[in-house]
Amino acid sequence: MGYSALKIIKEGLFGQRGWKPVWRDPEPKSEYDVIVIGGGGHGLSTAYYLAKEHGITNVAVLEKGYIGGGNVGRNTTIVRANYMLPGNSEFYSHSLKLWENMEQDLNYNTMMSQRGVMMLCHSDGQRDMFARRGNAMVNQGDDAELLTPEQVRAEAPMIDFDNVRFPIYGGLMHRRGGTARHDAVAWGYARGADQRGVDIIQNCEVTGIDIEGGVVKGVQTTRGAIRTKKVAIVVAGRSSLVGAMAGLRLPIESHVLQAFVSEGLKPLMPGVISFGMGHFYISQSDKGGLVFGGDIDFYKSYAARGNLPMKEHVMEAAMTLMPSIAKAKVLRSWGGVMDMSPDGSPIIDKTDTQGLFLNCGWCYGGFKAVPGSGFSYAHLIATGTHHAPAARFLMNRFRSGAVLMDEEGTGSQHNLH
Amino acid sequence: MRLNCPICGERDRREFYYKGDAVELDRPDPNAGSEAWDDYLHNRDNPAGETRDLWHHESGCGAWLVVTRNTLTHEVLRCELAGANTQ
Amino acid sequence: MRIAGKGLNPNAKPLTFTFDGRTYTGLEGDTLASALLANGVRLVGRSFKYHRPRGILTAGSEEPNALVTTGEGPAQDPNQRATTLELYDGLVARSQNAWPSLKYDAMAINDIASPFLSAGFYYKTFMWPQSFWEKLYEPIIRRAAGLGALSGQANEDLYEKVFAHCDVLVIGAGPSGIMAALTAARAGADVILADESSEYGGRLLSETFDVGGQPGANWVADQIAELAAMDNVRLMSRTTVTGAYDQGTFGALEQLNARGGPKECFWRIVCKHSVLCAGALERPIAFPNNDRPGIMMASAVRSYLNRCGVAPGRTVSVFCNNDDAHRTAVDLIDAGVDVAAVIDSRTDAPTMGQYRLIKGGRVIGTKGRHRVTHVSVSTAEGIEHISTDCLAMSGGWNPTVHLTCHMNGRPDWNDAVLSFVPGENAVPNMSVAGSAAGHMSTLACLTSGAEIGADVARGLCLSPKVVVPTAEDAPYRIEALWQVEGKGRKWLDFQNDVHVKDVQLAAQENFRSVEHMKRYTTQGMATDQGKNSNVQALAVLADATGRGIPDTGTTTFRPPYVPVSIGAMGAGGQGKGFAPERLTTSHQASVDRGAPMIEAGLWYRPSYFPKPTETTWLDSCNREVGYVRNAVGVCDVSTLGKIDIQGPDAAAFLDFVYCNTFSTLKENRVRYGLMLREDGHVMDDGTTARIGPNHYVMTTTTAAAGQVMTHLEWVAQALRPDLNVRFASVTEHWAQFAIAGSKARELLNTMLDDPIDDDQWPFMSCGVVSLGGVSARLFRISFSGEHAYELAVPARFGASLFRQLVAQAEGMGGGAYGMEALNVLRIEKGFITHAEIHGRITAFDLGLDRLVSQKKDCIGNAASRREGLLAPQREQLVGLKPVDKAGKMTAGAHLFGNGADAVSANDQGYVTSVCFSPTLGHSIGMGFLIDGPNRIGERIQLVDHMRDVQTLCEVCSPVFFDPDGGRARG
Repeated sequence: MGYSALKIIKEGLFGQRGWKPVWRDPEPKSEYDVIVIGGGGHGLSTAYYLAKEHGITNVAVLEKGYIGGGNVGRNTTIVRANYMLPGNSEFYSHSLKLWENMEQDLNYNTMMSQRGVMMLCHSDGQRDMFARRGNAMVNQGDDAELLTPEQVRAEAPMIDFDNVRFPIYGGLMHRRGGTARHDAVAWGYARGADQRGVDIIQNCEVTGIDIEGGVVKGVQTTRGAIRTKKVAIVVAGRSSLVGAMAGLRLPIESHVLQAFVSEGLKPLMPGVISFGMGHFYISQSDKGGLVFGGDIDFYKSYAARGNLPMKEHVMEAAMTLMPSIAKAKVLRSWGGVMDMSPDGSPIIDKTDTQGLFLNCGWCYGGFKAVPGSGFSYAHLIATGTHHAPAARFLMNRFRSGAVLMDEEGTGSQHNLH
Repeated sequence: MRLNCPICGERDRREFYYKGDAVELDRPDPNAGSEAWDDYLHNRDNPAGETRDLWHHESGCGAWLVVTRNTLTHEVLRCELAGANTQ
Repeated sequence: MRIAGKGLNPNAKPLTFTFDGRTYTGLEGDTLASALLANGVRLVGRSFKYHRPRGILTAGSEEPNALVTTGEGPAQDPNQRATTLELYDGLVARSQNAWPSLKYDAMAINDIASPFLSAGFYYKTFMWPQSFWEKLYEPIIRRAAGLGALSGQANEDLYEKVFAHCDVLVIGAGPSGIMAALTAARAGADVILADESSEYGGRLLSETFDVGGQPGANWVADQIAELAAMDNVRLMSRTTVTGAYDQGTFGALEQLNARGGPKECFWRIVCKHSVLCAGALERPIAFPNNDRPGIMMASAVRSYLNRCGVAPGRTVSVFCNNDDAHRTAVDLIDAGVDVAAVIDSRTDAPTMGQYRLIKGGRVIGTKGRHRVTHVSVSTAEGIEHISTDCLAMSGGWNPTVHLTCHMNGRPDWNDAVLSFVPGENAVPNMSVAGSAAGHMSTLACLTSGAEIGADVARGLCLSPKVVVPTAEDAPYRIEALWQVEGKGRKWLDFQNDVHVKDVQLAAQENFRSVEHMKRYTTQGMATDQGKNSNVQALAVLADATGRGIPDTGTTTFRPPYVPVSIGAMGAGGQGKGFAPERLTTSHQASVDRGAPMIEAGLWYRPSYFPKPTETTWLDSCNREVGYVRNAVGVCDVSTLGKIDIQGPDAAAFLDFVYCNTFSTLKENRVRYGLMLREDGHVMDDGTTARIGPNHYVMTTTTAAAGQVMTHLEWVAQALRPDLNVRFASVTEHWAQFAIAGSKARELLNTMLDDPIDDDQWPFMSCGVVSLGGVSARLFRISFSGEHAYELAVPARFGASLFRQLVAQAEGMGGGAYGMEALNVLRIEKGFITHAEIHGRITAFDLGLDRLVSQKKDCIGNAASRREGLLAPQREQLVGLKPVDKAGKMTAGAHLFGNGADAVSANDQGYVTSVCFSPTLGHSIGMGFLIDGPNRIGERIQLVDHMRDVQTLCEVCSPVFFDPDGGRARG
């Protein structure tokens, strides 16, 4: 069933009775060609691209709760391709291109809004680092502009240029970046995958991965055993736990990242603004809420809720950068569980077990990766070879030290990325 | 969140710096080989439940602590001096 | 309508206020809502999506409709609830989200189009053509969305943040909270009693109950007086506990509204035990057109009547499914207000007074555009239209469980109260008392409060006594009624305009999980966070999916309980308050000389020292470089981290934390050290001086001083507790100045008590000297490549020393130099800073791999030997100079083979530091280039798209000046 304005008018006139389920709720079959563990954004996009790009439709997405209930449903909705290092650059560049055509591809309005992502710099040294990053983006074929303080002021007049603790030396503007409606991304991929025959099975927790002689045979779930030759783990936030079912000990630590939304306000934010010295980033949703966040809470946690010190730090950063939002009131805060990796970059790789694939380690940048990650992961699962834009997201980079993608330069301590 | 520093008593989380899992106390021999070092530097059990990790009372006495906590509930079970732990 | 003789304050003074430009009179003790109702104002807002006219629904912080903006200019404060906004003389309030006026709102056209704007319609359209989303659809949606507006001006109000500690935090000062606080406090516990209202007492202020044989409000006053007199009690009114966090930490927002003082204060309260006495919130019933102005919660009608002396209507009707709501009719009749009927959905509803009772009745429709005029009631006899200007509704009460869910606790469904009650042990060391726990009579609330107060006191090893006053103990009789059948939209979430059919549509489209339903319909995501609507919406979803309510579950309540301003939670952060400002001892002298002070981490350092004749920073910088290269320059280097290291194993410790060796360093000598992270990358560099057999002074970079200190503590305490070594940060204790240039020693000798010479003080020596009797440390080290020293004195002498050094230097053709010159001097010499050691760099990359001693273990040694960190395809440090001397260079540019396209695939490296070298007369730079050291002499293209620079450069050694280092030694 295609969505369109015409369809909305028709249904509006006839009591909305014709709308069908956006995805089915099938019973799990006894066997699938591919089982995707995890019905988050990455898992659903993986299933979608398996079906669409590779014609593999006998696929189940197994979700322990409800789809889109993890990090794709709780983030600050930022989409960007402003990476600096080889490996990340080409991947996020590819992912952004998928974003730009997502709505038409999915026939679902995910409200991708390319309103720009502007990172502020606060010293000559930072500006030079941003120049390096901006050049890397342009070299990759993406867009970047180094803005003067005056240009930043024109873009974001609500910033306090006169009293801010760390003065604004300029900014790196990435106009093709922006925000999207996070839940819709999960639902849109679910609908697209379902329409192509993928079974999305909610309330189905994987409790074991069956491996015999180094080969995947199937999974055990709360809804029974399911046979398969290929299991794709894509459960950011719980990667270590599911990985352990297959005997994997992963280079991942789980950390809580909080985010915040204010009450609805009339439009005041131009796009996404990121304040490097305060680990603070903010945008405004289409509904009018200021959506903002900061750094992780810094301690290992699966609690999916944060504590006051980081909340206050984020608000203090808001107050020094843009004290005009003092009277915006925070309506909700929430915490997601992040897969923090030792270099801040993800893993899309095979494992030593035949038929077992791993997609994890997105730190707190997973949302913008949803289309690219699914696309590249599906490629790996379907063909057995790494998709070029994700070819460096390999697990063995940590052992060798080659092609580490440590954008922050903070080293192997998981919580510092 | 509050931690009970064995030297200073119970203090707010914001006085402490977090490093990571307490496995970092078990530094391999310099010649233990790349696998051992890879494991030490990067791989973690990362349990959902009880865990031991390393905190520094940075804005207090400066002690490094091994804190036994629950990662699901944030319950703090024990705080011990890291030095005492290895001696 | 004001009722003479009603209300808690019969002597209240009149106050003047305006709403939407009209002037009204209210009374002291009014909220804006009660004052508007007293003046007959019913229409106060518009809903979010359909812009339907809305009035006041509640009398508390859960209000979804009556949101207003107050204040002008920077004080403009949007989205304030009229129901909690205390009236003051001169208050100016404005309605929101309506144009051109509240009464005639053009966007109300959305309501007519509503069949086409059903739940989630926007996911299904606005996709064609592709470019129209950003250009057309989204701007229209954004302009229409949002509630109130911010002024756009920087905040000028004061906000505060405070910590508080106590034994027992009692949340809510209604009957149960007062009893809990009294019982615990009388036993000797330190108690904080917090209540969000301006007055203590909770529902007792809004009801006509007697407690302990006297009117409830009087009883409250007596108990509060007793509590206020106790030293171990802190009473906090206007304070909403907003969040529950780990280890007994709570966030709380205090509204001060003090003219001239702070506007709000955000509290971090740490307690051993907490008692949640947050009461319960009455819920609406979903019946057709249940959202018209004048349709209110029954309990709110009683609050306005009994507490404020305001009747919200002249002819009031009541629609309910429980006994409690009948008291609305009883109280109104007692106050002389007409009651048209009490419509009770229960066929066995009791009569509690002299009013018309319609048993088994249901309101199936309402009339009235800007205020309700009629309700249609379905009875056993048929449909009756009742004329009424206020409908008081009650679908029962929901215990206020929110705080019990903040730490992932799930509430339990309770069939007796037909709502969710707190789960067991949902928050560690939190007890729940009163109606928050599902106790619905006054006596039950008082009793549970007293008993829990006593339990908590016993837990503190105190000996409490439980004394409970007499009070009503009526049973809570209720029958489930979530929605009424009938035509028309039955609103659930009033603000977000979610109605029953939206929830049903969500279920039809398979958004059957309660979280999916919420996200798809926006049910419960308005500013009231679903406080008014969640339970009914769950019931509707449960019905639509065929599951029970307990199986349907709830969405998660997350902090904050009420919206909290960024200003309050971010108090102190505005302006320079965000981070400490560290000033060197020479700060004032530098400012006096006109130096622009720039941030270096938390420090401020002089950028350059301008002369009146100079027009650009570069003029000044070039002159200052000349001081050092030709005479002598003085620079404050105190911001570098200084760590004093002592102990018999200090040398062994340094050998372990530095990749090179320090145990071989002789006393009174200094050595450059490179420190790695355990993952083999460079952490920091600096010089360390051995000033005694077991005594070293380490310097770190300004940026990494804290990180290095933490690291040293880690290594010493956790990895090498066998080493007997101690250290302390002495960065602030010493003021340290670089004196650099061929006349450096000459300058020093004008000031030192005993002159120095080259034999005693060769390059890389150190020791103690005396300056006017003050003992100082002198290090012969150089970050400029010149004959140079760093002179350290106790910080209290720093300001004076700097002025003297600069004065002396100026007499010798030199002077002070700032960060710009310092940077040029170090680039000319190829010295690295954190521009180069940016965290991804190894000793190998810097050409310093020889420094990583293979004779000993050290931090980072093993990992630095990983094959990927030693490969020739790594980018390694080189110098760069333009082939054409006029060529421009920029840091952040990337490097490409001569003639290659500037695309990622051809990327060869990047530039980290660049300056114009006045010494050499052209730009120079440092950068990292693949296999760089083997490409000296090669021509390479520097491309900077950001600054539109493309320059052909020659790869060279990073040491541009005095490559053999003779000047520093000489």
